Amino acid sequence: MQSRAQAMAALLELLTDQPVIVCNGFPSREAQKIADRPTHFYMIGSMGNAAAIGLGVALAKPAKQVVVFDGDGNVLMGMGTLATVGALKPKNFIHVVFDNEVYGSTGNQPTISNVVPLEKVAKAAGYVHVERVFDRDDLVYEFKDLLKQDGPSMLLVKVNEFVEDAGRVVLEPPAMTARFMKAIE
Amino acid sequence: MIDSDVFVQGLQDLGVNFFTGVPDSILGGIIEELLTRKAYTPAVREDEAVAMAAGAYMAGKVPAVLMQNSGLGTSLNTLISLNMIYRQPCLLLISWRGFQGADAPEHLVMGETMLPLLDTMKIPYRILSEQTMADDFRWMGQTFMKQRVPLAIVIKKGIVKGLHP
Repeated sequence: MQSRAQAMAALLELLTDQPVIVCNGFPSREAQKIADRPTHFYMIGSMGNAAAIGLGVALAKPAKQVVVFDGDGNVLMGMGTLATVGALKPKNFIHVVFDNEVYGSTGNQPTISNVVPLEKVAKAAGYVHVERVFDRDDLVYEFKDLLKQDGPSMLLVKVNEFVEDAGRVVLEPPAMTARFMKAIE
Repeated sequence: MIDSDVFVQGLQDLGVNFFTGVPDSILGGIIEELLTRKAYTPAVREDEAVAMAAGAYMAGKVPAVLMQNSGLGTSLNTLISLNMIYRQPCLLLISWRGFQGADAPEHLVMGETMLPLLDTMKIPYRILSEQTMADDFRWMGQTFMKQRVPLAIVIKKGIVKGLHP
C-alpha cells in the first residue's frame, strides 16, 4: 500500500492551477512539502470543515474545478457535508479522501473508516461518481478520469499510516488567505 | 416591525451575496425571502455553514450565515480556528432564543450566556432594532471591511417579520 504522501504527489502532478483545499494535520504539511502552490489552501484548524470550505469555493466559482484533499477522520467529523454536497451537486467538486484509518496527527488512534466505507456514504448522499483505489496506477487512472467528468466526485484512496517528515505550514494564516484569494481570483 | 424583504434588500444593497445557514423560527421570514430570491444555500450544521461561507469569501463573495444562537455553540471552533486566525470575515445573523428567560428550557442557558460569549470571543455585535436599523447596516459594512473578522447581528423575536406575524 502506498503512503499518503506518495498518493498526494501523484495527484499533484496531474493538477495545475485548480484551487486545492487541504485538510488540517499532516496532509497540509505534506502537500506544502511536495508542491507548494498559491492555489493551495492549507488548513491548520477547523477539523471536519475541509469539504465545506471547498464547497463554498466551488459554489462561488462554478467555472473552476475545485479539489479537496481530505482525511478519513476529517470526513467522519463533518459527515453532514457529504449530504450537503450530494444535494447541491456542484459539478466542479472533486473530493479526494486519503484513508489511513487512523487519526495520524494525534498518535494513530483508530478511526472507524475500516468498517464505514466513506465513498459508499458519499454515493448514497448523492455524489455522482465515487471510486475506491488502492495502488498508484488505479489512482492515476481514476483521478484523470474524474478530472474529465462532471461531479461531485469522491476518490477514496487507501493509504498506509506512514507520515512524511514535513514541517509545519510556513505561511501565517492571514497571508495564506490573501495568497489563496489572489491566486483563484 | 421590520419587513423581511426590506431587511434582505438592505443586506443585498450592502453587497452581501452569499447566504447560508440553518433555520430558526425567528429567522423564518428572512429565509423565506432569501429562498424566493434564490439566494440561499441551506447547510446541515452551523459550523458547516460558517466554513462554506469562508470558502465563498475567499472566492470573492460577501457571505452571511443565519443561525439560532444554539448554532453559535456548534460553530465555535470553526469561528475561532478558521475565520479568526485566517482573517476571514463573515456576517452572522443570530436569532436570540432564550431572551430574558422566556423560552423553552433548551434555550435558557445560551439565551443568558450568548452576549458574554460573543464578548469573550471578541466577535463584535449589535442587537438589531427597527429604530437603529440604518445605523446597524452601516456598522455591518464598515466592520466587515475594516476588521476582517466574523461579526454578529443579534435578532430578537418580533424584530423582523416572521412567517406568521
